[in-house]
Amino acid sequence: MSESTLFALQRLSAKLLAPLVVAHLALILYAVHGGLTAAEILGRTQGSATWGAFYGLFVVAVAVHAPIGVRNVVREWTRWRGRSLDLASAGLAILLLALGLRAVVAVVG
Amino acid sequence: MYILAIFPTGITDRVSASPTLEVRIWRGTDTGAFAAYEVPAAESQTVLDVVTWVQRHREPALAYRFACRVGVCGSCAMTVNGRARWTCRSHVKDVARDGRLVIEPLRHLPRIKDLVCDLTPFFDKWRRAGGWFEGEATRREPMPALAPGAEARQTVDAGIECINCAVCYSACDVVGWRPDYLGPAALNRAWTLVNDARHVRTREVLDATATSDGCTVCHTHGNCTEHCPVGISPTAAIAGLKRKVFRRWLRGGHA
Ligand code: SF4
Ligand code: SF4
Ligand code: FES
Repeated sequence: MSESTLFALQRLSAKLLAPLVVAHLALILYAVHGGLTAAEILGRTQGSATWGAFYGLFVVAVAVHAPIGVRNVVREWTRWRGRSLDLASAGLAILLLALGLRAVVAVVG
Repeated sequence: MYILAIFPTGITDRVSASPTLEVRIWRGTDTGAFAAYEVPAAESQTVLDVVTWVQRHREPALAYRFACRVGVCGSCAMTVNGRARWTCRSHVKDVARDGRLVIEPLRHLPRIKDLVCDLTPFFDKWRRAGGWFEGEATRREPMPALAPGAEARQTVDAGIECINCAVCYSACDVVGWRPDYLGPAALNRAWTLVNDARHVRTREVLDATATSDGCTVCHTHGNCTEHCPVGISPTAAIAGLKRKVFRRWLRGGHA
């Protein structure tokens, strides 16, 4: 993947994440404020295609955005470069995607 | 003796009686030490004046660079009290702290001797960023007309007066973290070329700045702009390059 592609993907995922994070935080505040229990929350999310899509998109955006950023930070703070770093970043992307999607399935499945 | 007694404020006395500056100057290369000097303070005095005084009166072997002394050539930059500056136009009264000056070479460049750095990496990066002009008109063709008010031309004008002093380069943390990063000055030069209607290698310049050491590495934190003595904003130039790289990718024309 070229540097331009990584840069563009990071920008695009950031544009996606900004509103998603705001909505996610607003949701947490609402749930805590309203005193919803875990069971009540699950009751609303389970089987909901909308929440599935919302958090599915969230997880994908994170899995794209975070490893590119972490790779940059690693290149700034250490001498680690090259193919092994690219593979490790791809590994992080897969890990975030797997963990995130597993959580989405648990909430909406 | 007789003369001094009659004129107690003669030259010799005046120097020792007038206020002085405590100046510490780096001697050596990567290894070395600060040497301390007491330098007569004057009403209107630049940091370069101070260095020159030390070289003429105390340390003939002190190495430093300057040429124009009026802020044009870009050769006199040093680190003064922790901050990169052009020394010929930095007045002591603006930069000294309690009459103290600590003068070191620029950061992020190999040191040659005392206050002199090797600027080869800095200028190599200008070339790596594609930072040279190439036109296609010959001397037999008429000069192309450039509307001074055109937006692209104004963008060029905003960055074209760079004096290559490397102050921004020295002030950029990212250059320190990633020594291969092209840095603010080279990318600023590339941006002026990308916007120059007469330049024929626009695509190549954009390719050269979109590498893993190019514009996407910049944190946009503006240290370069804050330090540039002639008021250029490499931060804005680099942001412009990033926008162009991004839009080109969206159109599918990425390298
Ligand atoms: S804005 Fe970019 S080029 Fe300027 S100092 Fe910060 S990281 Fe360096
Ligand atoms: S952009 Fe400013 S600080 Fe950087 S080299 Fe040019 S004149 Fe010096
Ligand atoms: S000596 Fe020329 S810019 Fe300072």
